[in-house]
Amino acid sequence: MSNVEPHLHELKLTHIYDGFKQLIPLALFVIVFGVAFGLAAAQTGLSDTSAVLMSTLVFAGASQFAALDLWGQQVPVVPLMITVFAINARHLLMGATLYPWLRELPVAKRYGVMLVVSDANWAMAMQAFSRGKPGLGLLFGGGIALWVAWILGSWLGLHFGSAIEDPVSFGLDMVMGCFLLAMVVGGKKNLRMFIIWTVAACSSLLAYWYLPANSHVVVGALAGGILGALWMEKQQ
Amino acid sequence: MNIDTAGYGTLIVIVIMAIVTLATRWGGVFVMSFVPINYRVQQFITAMSGSVLVAVLAPLAVKGDNGARLALLTTAIVMLTLKKPLPAIAAGILAAALVRQF
Repeated sequence: MSNVEPHLHELKLTHIYDGFKQLIPLALFVIVFGVAFGLAAAQTGLSDTSAVLMSTLVFAGASQFAALDLWGQQVPVVPLMITVFAINARHLLMGATLYPWLRELPVAKRYGVMLVVSDANWAMAMQAFSRGKPGLGLLFGGGIALWVAWILGSWLGLHFGSAIEDPVSFGLDMVMGCFLLAMVVGGKKNLRMFIIWTVAACSSLLAYWYLPANSHVVVGALAGGILGALWMEKQQ
Repeated sequence: MNIDTAGYGTLIVIVIMAIVTLATRWGGVFVMSFVPINYRVQQFITAMSGSVLVAVLAPLAVKGDNGARLALLTTAIVMLTLKKPLPAIAAGILAAALVRQF
């Protein structure tokens, strides 16, 4: 990524449609997570409208599950905001990593595309960029596929969730983890990257054990990033 | 401060969550628009993008059950050999499912 090539930020309808199609297989699994959320929301006592509205407007699974943990007759606002922010703070880093390409877009498009950023479509987009291919279609089109799947799954979970027996025993809870790992392993690998990842992993674990809840992703990512900035690759 | 989840309360809570999440989606892009992108910043960004994923995965591998660990290990091995994500993910899930049947 030593120079941003001119065509990589292209975002035409065909790119968006391609991105949408490429993330459909993963979106099918996102439906399953959505079902789990819908079921949990129903058990927590959210109305159908509220649960579907939350998935539509928030579209961030882990933070929505965490919100259910805080749910009751009353919801404590400040702890809720802190929890949601901490879990979703990785979006800040994702936005920053996408900026070299996003800055080529007009402001409205730039922020419009970011509406649907999430782990999977971001990882696919970054991988495309690192291979010298346009990635914003994956980000936006893929994001729409995941968003629709998340809403649909949530709705299905509210109505038919109890029909699914124990998704964990089928390994379905590991879909996202395996996907993200495949993205890491499929990326650029050399000794420098490996050491950076090791530092990121160790920092994340230390934060996980010793720092406030949900801080580990940001701590690990920043540790890896700072090491990368201090120990730069030789410029070609 | 608490919000009652009766009536419009739920809607207000959801809107608050949506705004906080949107701030995270937009905040990074917004801040970066004030940062000049030089070579060091590019190196920071590249290193951080892999590190985000690693930082998500590390606790998953350490605190997870054997099914979770074997799933990740299998995915890594298949990805290294075949270099295709879908078979790698499928093999990982299968590994977790098999371990958890016994």
